[in-house]
Amino acid sequence: MFSPTLIMFFIFVAITLVITYWASGRTKTSRGFYTANRSISGFQNGWAIAGDYMSAASFLGIAGLIAFFGFDGFMYSVGFLVAYLTVLLLIAEPLRNTGKYTMADVLSFRMHGRSVRAIAAISTLIVSLFYMIAQMVGAGSLVTLLVPQFSFNTAIITVGVLMLVYVIFGGMLATTWVQIIKAALLLGATAVLSFLVLDHFNFSLTAFFNTVANIHASVPGASGQPITKSILEPGLLYHGRFGPLELISLGIALILGTAGLPHILMRFYTVPSSKAARTSVVWAMLLIGAFYVMTTFLGFGAAALVGKADIGTHITSGQAIAYIAKHRSEAASLNAKLSSNGYIVPVKNNNLAAPLLAKALGGELFLAFIAAVAFATILAVVAGLTIAASSAFAHDIWLNIVRNGAGVEKEQVRIARITAGVVGIIAIVLAIGLKGLNVAFLVGLAFAVAASANVPAIILTLTWKRFNRAGTIAGMLVGLVSSLVLIAVSPAVMPTPIFPLENPAIVSVPLGFIAAVLGTLFIRDAQAEANYAELTVRANTGLGAEV
Amino acid sequence: MLEPPTSRHHHLTPSDWEALESDPDFRALIAAKRRFVLPATIFFLLYFFALPVLVGYDPALMSRKVWGQVNLAYVFALSEFVMAWVIMLLYIWRARTFDRLETGIVDKVRAEFNV
Repeated sequence: MFSPTLIMFFIFVAITLVITYWASGRTKTSRGFYTANRSISGFQNGWAIAGDYMSAASFLGIAGLIAFFGFDGFMYSVGFLVAYLTVLLLIAEPLRNTGKYTMADVLSFRMHGRSVRAIAAISTLIVSLFYMIAQMVGAGSLVTLLVPQFSFNTAIITVGVLMLVYVIFGGMLATTWVQIIKAALLLGATAVLSFLVLDHFNFSLTAFFNTVANIHASVPGASGQPITKSILEPGLLYHGRFGPLELISLGIALILGTAGLPHILMRFYTVPSSKAARTSVVWAMLLIGAFYVMTTFLGFGAAALVGKADIGTHITSGQAIAYIAKHRSEAASLNAKLSSNGYIVPVKNNNLAAPLLAKALGGELFLAFIAAVAFATILAVVAGLTIAASSAFAHDIWLNIVRNGAGVEKEQVRIARITAGVVGIIAIVLAIGLKGLNVAFLVGLAFAVAASANVPAIILTLTWKRFNRAGTIAGMLVGLVSSLVLIAVSPAVMPTPIFPLENPAIVSVPLGFIAAVLGTLFIRDAQAEANYAELTVRANTGLGAEV
Repeated sequence: MLEPPTSRHHHLTPSDWEALESDPDFRALIAAKRRFVLPATIFFLLYFFALPVLVGYDPALMSRKVWGQVNLAYVFALSEFVMAWVIMLLYIWRARTFDRLETGIVDKVRAEFNV
């Protein structure tokens, strides 16, 4: 019953619950609940951002993608780091200087009234909730595989209840420390695993890459004949007519989307100043970069050292649909990949590349440690998402829209806790209900909506004096709706797709920007233009920033 | 009409903010930021998207081996990490100038408005 994995998992839970108890004594106000009283240092926040950002999808998913698709999987690693330049150069400091708790604060700084705040809150809720469901369904499948004692539903409910305890009792302070501990565990585990891989090759990178270069996989060629290539070569995941466009579109979603993820943006309100916000991004970039460089060893290491007879076994689209129908839940949990031209790569145990590598190199005990780290990883991310979704409900919709900004402080904290509970329970129920669906597209959707709806509005409100309410609403609505519609008719959802790309960003991001500009030019809004002076002075000097 | 979410500086009127925005010191801060942020952003976007464009449209070039078995695509991908860190370091270095200009403006405003 008490496997090493469970024991390590219990130790993690026990430590985080002690932290939550400690944090609950310091979470009395809405400022405490949402921002940990802005008491987190830049260095700590850097670790927390890393913990908030490196999801199980990164740790397990990317290791698996690299193991199976080689170089193309590594493209995710690159995008996930470079994305932080957008955050560092354009978003973090102005956001900290002009907002209070949420992204909607910044967007409604110049555009007063309920409409802008409402759509910003809805966009926040969509991104957070979809991302959360994807994480939880992932958690369910993963934990079932790693800890056979847990059923799918038990795993989701355990994750859900723990995340609710952290958030409701410990607020942002407990969430922050859960994320910091998780980031340390994840980086530590990845470093040890990379060390073991290199040790296996006697620390010779030449030997490592020579072995990897000799692993081959095949993709369907233009004439239907499979093309076989080394997994170091590009083109195993993104191939065919739309392969290059898919790759560019993925890049756009990653590079811009990160700067519009509400749970990441919210982290910048936890530090005392915009300078601390800058320091946070710098530390986050060092940690996240180090992690993603090491995915090379995790992914290629798994390809080299763990048997993977499944690579390159392509079947035709008819068989693919049959495969998905037959193994619907399995396909969802194992990320069965239906490529744009109808070929399927049944990437069996894709998510387990890193854990299996751990087992091959470090034995059962190390596998147990990695499994516990994976669980901690999921918990830290869903806690951050819950608090972001709760702030959109309680601070934006309830306090500023329903109560018109006139709430009593005591009521605010209570509402924040209640909405966190509601959001969490909705996520648990949806995750259990959607377990048979392939939810991988939900993560793509979250990034696409963030990139197409949130980022154009944030950048334009900070930099363009003429920008106004009509522009904000048009840009966000078009960005939101076009991402949703394009994903609904994409190969990720439809067997015979209307839109050929899984990532809509290459179309939806320009649409979001164009709609924002056209909407702005449609009317003149003297108030929004007059407010620009105050916004830009505050954003660039920190005058009047929330303390 | 809602109040802005953050209104601690109530004693600064809209015309005060307007005046601050056109203050030469503030213009100098904005100009200094723009001189770094704009080129840096354009550069990193071009450098980043060069990778998927080249990998997608010239796979033969990118599959060329440049170091043992390691091909150009992989070396380019690794260089993206270095590029991101270098721009980050340059930004930290440049931000000292921004901070100095900013402190000057903030001190002036504090003295003038007694805040």
